[in-house]
Amino acid sequence: MSGRVVVIGVGNPLRGDDGVGPAVVEALRGRVPNDTVLVVSDGEPARMLDLWRGADTVVVVEALRTPQARAGELHTLTPAEAAGHARGTASTHAFGLGQCLALGEALDQLPPRLVVHAVEIADVALGAALSDAVRTALPELIDRATASVRQANERHHEPS
Amino acid sequence: MNQRGTHVLRLDALARVEGEAALRLRVEDGSVTETRLSIYEPPRFFEAFLTGRGHTEPPDITARICGICPVAYQMSACQAIEDACGVTVDGPLAELRRLLYCGEWIESHTLHISLLHAPDFLGHADAVGLAREQRPAVERGLRLKQTGNAILEQLGGRPIHPVNVRVGGFYRTPAPEDLRPLAERLRQAREDALETVRWVAAFDFPDAECDHDLFALRDPGRYAVDSGTPAVMVGHDQGTAPREIQLAAFEQHVQEGQVPHSTALTATLDGRRYLTGPLARYAINGRWLHPLAAEAARDAGLGDPLTGAVCDNPFRSIVVRAVEVVQAVEEALRIIDGYEPPPRPAVEVPPRQSLGRGATEAPRGLLYHRYALTEDGTLTEARIVPPTAQNQKAIEEDVRRAVQARLDRDGPAADDDELTHLCERAIRNHDPCISCAAHFLDLTVEHT
Repeated sequence: MSGRVVVIGVGNPLRGDDGVGPAVVEALRGRVPNDTVLVVSDGEPARMLDLWRGADTVVVVEALRTPQARAGELHTLTPAEAAGHARGTASTHAFGLGQCLALGEALDQLPPRLVVHAVEIADVALGAALSDAVRTALPELIDRATASVRQANERHHEPS
Repeated sequence: MNQRGTHVLRLDALARVEGEAALRLRVEDGSVTETRLSIYEPPRFFEAFLTGRGHTEPPDITARICGICPVAYQMSACQAIEDACGVTVDGPLAELRRLLYCGEWIESHTLHISLLHAPDFLGHADAVGLAREQRPAVERGLRLKQTGNAILEQLGGRPIHPVNVRVGGFYRTPAPEDLRPLAERLRQAREDALETVRWVAAFDFPDAECDHDLFALRDPGRYAVDSGTPAVMVGHDQGTAPREIQLAAFEQHVQEGQVPHSTALTATLDGRRYLTGPLARYAINGRWLHPLAAEAARDAGLGDPLTGAVCDNPFRSIVVRAVEVVQAVEEALRIIDGYEPPPRPAVEVPPRQSLGRGATEAPRGLLYHRYALTEDGTLTEARIVPPTAQNQKAIEEDVRRAVQARLDRDGPAADDDELTHLCERAIRNHDPCISCAAHFLDLTVEHT
C-alpha cells in the first residue's frame, strides 16, 4: 500500500453550487497532512483515472443534483452506490462521476478505497456564488472529508 | 412515407455531447419540418465579464470557458491581444504554443473518439459497455489522451485551465531535457494513434453526405492549427480552391444572429450555412499533413489528402479526428526534436488604444476572438465566436437529413427511441462543445 491519499474536488467554481467540491479542497489546505494530494477536477474520466492511479485512498467531493432537490443535504456514497446512479445523467460532459466510476471498475482501475462525499445543490447559474443552503452545509462537508483523510492515515499507520 | 400526422420529438439532454443542449424535431406527414438545436452557451457571459478587465487577463479568463479546449481559448485570446498591440510572437515561443495546442488536440480528439463517439458505431450505450467488451481499445485511448494531458501539464503548468500561458508567451519555458520524457511518451503515442485510425476506419458507417460550405484556417505548407488565414470552400469537388477571407473582415462575412430557441448565436458565412472543424480542416489543409498522417488517411479510405480529398460523410469525422491525432503527435515530436529554448519566456506586449483579432483551430473548429483596448489596456469590448455556434445550422441540417433518410426508408416505422439515437449520433459527429459548464451527478434519492 502506498498510503497515498488523494482528495478530488469535482466541479466548476464558476457555476454556483457546482463549485462546492473545489471549495472543500481549498478549505482542506492546512487541515490535513501535507502529503495529502489536494486537486480540483472537472471530473473528466481519463483525468480522474490518472489522478487516482497509485493512490491508496481517494476522497471525492461532488455536487449532487436530485429530483427532490433538498439543497444542502449531505450524502456519503460508496463507489458502487455512486456508479449505480450513472444512468440518466444530465451532466455537461454526459460523463458524470457515476460513469467515471463504472469505467474505472470495468477497467480494473479503481483505487483500493474510494469514498464520495456529496451535497445536494440548488443552483448552477453562471458566475454565481454558493447558495445559502450549500454554504450552510459546507462546514459539515469539510468535516466529513477531513475525517476520511484522517481515517485513511490512521489505517496506514496502524501496526500490521 | 411511413409516418403520418404531426409528431414532435424532444431531447432535453443529449448524451455524450460536451456541454448542455437540447433538440426539438417536428415531423409532419413524413417530412421533417423543423430541427432546432438549443444550446446553452456561456461565451456570451464571458464577453460581458471581460469588459473592464486588463489586456493581460483574457488568456486566464477565457480558458475557463471550456475544460476540454482551454488552450484554444488562450491562444485565440493571446493572438487577438498581440494583434491589437502590434506584437508578433514567433520562433521558439510560437513553436511551444503550437506544441501545447497539439497536446490539446490529442487530448480532446481522443476523448471524443474513444469514449464518446466510438460507442455509437459498436452498439454500446456508453464507454462503460465498450470498456467491458473492448478493453484494449479503451485503454489505448486513455493512454493516448494521457499523453496529451502530459503535454498540457508540462507546458501549461497543470492539465486543465493552464496557468503558464500569458500574453506574449509563457511565464516559464522548459529546458530541452524537460521535454525529453514527453518525446518518449509521444513515440509510444504514435503507435497508439495509428492503431486508433485502423480501429475506427473499420467501423460500419451509415451512408450520408453533407453539402455545407467548409471553413478553416489555411496556412500553405502546414496543417493549420494556430496560424493561417480563414478560408472557405464552396462545393466539395476535389481540388476546389478555397477563398481566403482576411481576418479583419471576418465579421463582415461571418454574421451571427440570435434565434429564440438558443442562447448561442447562430452563424452564416456570406449568408450561407457552413461547417468548421475536422472535415473542413482536412479538405482545406489535407495536402500539408505529415507523411505518416497522410498515409494513415489514405489507408483509412479518406482518399488522397495530397490531392485535396474531401470527406463529406459526417459519420466519418471520427476517422478524420483519428488522423488529426496522428498529425498532432507527429507535429509535437517535430517541435520537441528541433526545440531550442527562447532567450526570454515572453515578449513585452505594451498596451495601446486599438482593436485586435485572433483565430485558431480549436479541436472543434475555428475560434475567433476580437478585443478593443484603451490606451492603458482596459478592454472595452470582447467578441468571441466559438466553433459550435458556427456549426449549429450545419448540425441541424445533418439531423434533418439523417431523420428524413430514415423516414423515407421502407419497412417498419422508426419509433422515438430509434429517432432519438439517430439524432444524437448526427449531433455527436461534430463533437459539439457546448462548453464546459456545470458537472454534477444525477441521482434519485428517496426521502422518507
